[in-house]
Order: sequence, then structure tokens, then C-alpha cells
Amino acid sequence: MTTAWEPSERERARRRLRRRARLRAGVIAAVSTVAVAVAVGVGITHTSGWPRVRQRFFSWSEIAAAWPAARTGMVVNLELFVVCGAAAGALGLLVALARTLTGPVFLPVRLLAAAYTDLFRGLPVILVLYLVGFGVPALRLRGLPTDPLVLGGAALVLTYAAYVAEVFRAGIESVHPSQVAAARSLGLTHAQTMRRVVLPQAVRRVTPPLLNDAISLQKDSSLVSVLGVVDAVRAAQIATSAHFNYSPYVLAGLMFLAITVPLTRVTDHLAARSARRRGAAGITAGSVR
Amino acid sequence: MTTAGDAAAVLSVRGLVKFYGDALVLRDVTFDVGPGQAVVLVGGSGSGKSTLLRCLNLLEPVDDGEILLAGEEITDPRVNADRIRRRIGVVFQAYNLFPHLTVLQNVTLAPVLVHRVPRAAARDRARELLTRIGLADKVDVYPDRLSGGQQQRLAIVRALATGPSLLLLDEITSALDPELVGEVLDLVGELKRDGLPMVLATHEMAFARDIADEVLVLDGGAIIERGAPRRVLDDPREERTRRFLARLRQPGPPQRAAGPPPRR
Repeated sequence: MTTAWEPSERERARRRLRRRARLRAGVIAAVSTVAVAVAVGVGITHTSGWPRVRQRFFSWSEIAAAWPAARTGMVVNLELFVVCGAAAGALGLLVALARTLTGPVFLPVRLLAAAYTDLFRGLPVILVLYLVGFGVPALRLRGLPTDPLVLGGAALVLTYAAYVAEVFRAGIESVHPSQVAAARSLGLTHAQTMRRVVLPQAVRRVTPPLLNDAISLQKDSSLVSVLGVVDAVRAAQIATSAHFNYSPYVLAGLMFLAITVPLTRVTDHLAARSARRRGAAGITAGSVR
Repeated sequence: MTTAGDAAAVLSVRGLVKFYGDALVLRDVTFDVGPGQAVVLVGGSGSGKSTLLRCLNLLEPVDDGEILLAGEEITDPRVNADRIRRRIGVVFQAYNLFPHLTVLQNVTLAPVLVHRVPRAAARDRARELLTRIGLADKVDVYPDRLSGGQQQRLAIVRALATGPSLLLLDEITSALDPELVGEVLDLVGELKRDGLPMVLATHEMAFARDIADEVLVLDGGAIIERGAPRRVLDDPREERTRRFLARLRQPGPPQRAAGPPPRR
């Protein structure tokens, strides 16, 4: 249904004013951005120390020389990120669910889950890495892995599962009790209520914080280098110590940024979307400019 | 204390007592719901109506007395509460629809998951029920796209889809705009005519007068007056009932007027 409607003279005048204001704002933003960028660029490259900075940090020949090793190392980081991320997500979800169990039978399970999160959330990652990576092989127990990559990955999983468990728990608790009351009233069991009603709503709400943890994990995957695993950072360190040139570090840093910056953008996008959905109705919708 | 309930009763409540901490919120509540009967609970906020309904559905454990559903004592601690709740439909004041499920999924969730109805059959049945309440064209939208009245009718249909033998309705029109109350109450009236036994808490006195077989007036957790709706609502014997009904008729704050429209 369309109704023919001509904007009034007053409205047309308003639109002209708004258009002019928008145009002016765009021009000002462009001019000031270019001016600042040029000033910063010229300022930095004309300082007396700039040639040395460029030689030490941005040497193309050093970067090219370090590239093959750094790339092989980055594959290790990505493997750790994907495998540990999936494992920490699954373990964290199990721990969070364990804490929701009711009934006296489950008291030890609840206590264990609570103790686990307290412990591994409170310990520095590097300490867990030392304990698992060096401590476990020192036990000389048969059947336990000795590969530093596997042990390092296990340490990351132990730590990150604790973070993830707390995120999931917050999500589960954010689902209103009336949802549980409705589900149980329909005859759903505790497990069915969790799986079909509470978790789907909880997971949607905690996706942004979970992705934040994923970004942290991707960065912390470089910590396994303390166990002797040659990841991108370790490869860069080796290349650096050959010529006392720090360009390989810059290369490794750029490799991490190439992964984490897009992930951050995805997180921001999802967070903005869920904020829009929550405020989808009423006077609170929309933002003030 | 156990006066055996009416054998034919769908629901028998005998000497029900409930504490919240030290506060006695239900004292010695006794009543029956016969086949096809509607029992209406009336009383101010905090009188124990909602608590009573929650006890009937085993969402709250009782502290004394017993509840019999079709002759079976459901307050026995050994009873599997999930099995009992399958036979009772509940409609809440705030609808409590599942926001992450579509209209159709809201209705089919329990039949498929709890009652093991084949998915296709559950869908057909849900479509049938949704057509009855005029939501046939909304099966694939999410509940937040519906009006309050549509949401509450959907909640009723969700409760009906499992074929309950008893329906509990907790002030189901209290969250609705006045203009939407009618469509919800009409649906409840139809269910009553279909012979579905129900216990409802409501502030809609005109509706209570129409639908109730028995009205129970609660105050401070006790039944202070009971009987046929016209007798209790038009000619109350208890002073407290009279005061409560007068408060409902007063328009404006603090008590939102319900039932008879406020004088203008």
C-alpha cells in the first residue's frame, strides 16, 4: 500500500541543510586525516634515527630470509589454535554444565568443576606450561606423551577450558529462570531443558566473549616455544639472533595480526548484532548520534 | 487429615501447606477439580495464588498435605516429577515462550521430545492448533514478532499440544494491553467448553463469573471464601472478600482496574 506523498517545503529545506552538513563533515574528515598521516609519516622518516630503525626492524632481506622458517612455525601456531580451541571449547562446556547439575549425587562433580576453574583460571599460563611440559615427562610414567607440542597444547587446553567454562556459565545463568520453568512444565527433563532451551540461548549470548578467548588463545599459542617447540615466534628468535636484526620479529608479529585482526572484526560484528537484537523494540532501539 | 478426595476428581488438593523460609504462604488449602470443571483462584497479590499453582505442577515442593492427580498422589517424593508435569499444561503470566524457536517449534518441542510423537505428526497437529487461533501464517516467525495477545494464545496452544489432562493458568492476561485481553479469554472459554479441566488465577472478575464452576478466594495463603461464582463475587459473605473486590473495581493506581471497565 503506497500513498502519494510530497514532502513539504519545510521538510525539503531540512533535507538540504542535512545534506550540506554531511558533505562538510566528509570534507573535514578527509582533509584532517590526510594532513595527520602526512605529518606523522614525514616526521618519523625524517628523524635522525630513522635509517637505523628501518635497517633493524624493516629489513626486506632479513624478512625474506626468515620467511620460510616463520611460515612453518606459523602452521604450528595455527594447528595449536584450531585443535586447542576445539578441545578447550568442549571441555569448558562440559565443566560449565557440570556446575549446573543439581542433586546430592552430583556434589563431588560440582565441587570438582568449581575447583578446576578456580585453579586454572588463577594460574599464569606459563606456569601451567612449565608444570605440564617439563613436569609430566620428568615423571617417567609410561603411556604419557613426551612430545612438547602435545604437552604444550594440553597445558593451553587446561587453562583455556577454565576461561571458557566461566564464559559458558555466565551465559547459562543469564537465561531467565522462567525459561526453565516453562520447559520443565512441558515435561522436559533437566538435560533436555539444558540442551534445547537454555544452551541455545546461552551460546548465542556468549559468542563474542568466546571469540575474545579464541583471539587470546591464538596469541598464547606462541608460549609453547618455552618448551622448545619451534613456532613462528621461536623461528623469528632464531633468525634474529643470527644477525642481531629484529625484522623477523616484525614479520612474526604481522603474521599474528593477519589472523587476530580479522577475528577481532568478526567479534565486534557479532557483538554489535546481538546488541541490536536485544534492543530490537521500544524506545531504547537505535543509537543517538 | 487425609479425607480421601472425590474418586472421580481430576485433581484433589488436601490440606496443602507451604512455607517460604518461616513465612507460611499456603495454609490448609483443600479443593477438588472435577472433570470439565474450572476452579478460579481470586485474591490480591501475595495471597498465594501463584505459589499454589506452582505447587500443583511440582515446581515447588509442598510442606504438608497432599495433591492427587486422577487419584494418584503426586506429592509422594518417590514420584517422577517429569512424568507428572507431562500431564499438566501451564500458561504463565509472562508467556515464557522460547525466543530462539519459531512459533511452530515452540509448539512441537514437547510433543516430539517428551511424548515421542513423530515429527511430521507433531507438525500437523501444531498447524491445526495454530490455525484455530489464527496464527497459521505465522508458523515460521519468531515469537518476538507477535503481539502480546498472539504470544499468550501461542503459549496456551503450546501447553495444549501435549494433550494435558489439566490446565493451570497463572494470571495470563495481567501482562496484556486491555484491548488484547478478550482474544485470550475467548480461547480459554472455548477450552472450557471443550471440557478441559483447569485451575486459573485471574483478576478478570467478569470472566471468572462466566467460566468458573467454583471460585476460591485466597487471603494470606488460606481459602477465606468459596462457592459458586455469582454467590461469591456478587454477594460475598466475608468482609475481606468484599474489600478485595471493591479494590479491583476502583479505577487507577495503585491497583490496576480489571474485570468491569473503569467508569469514565
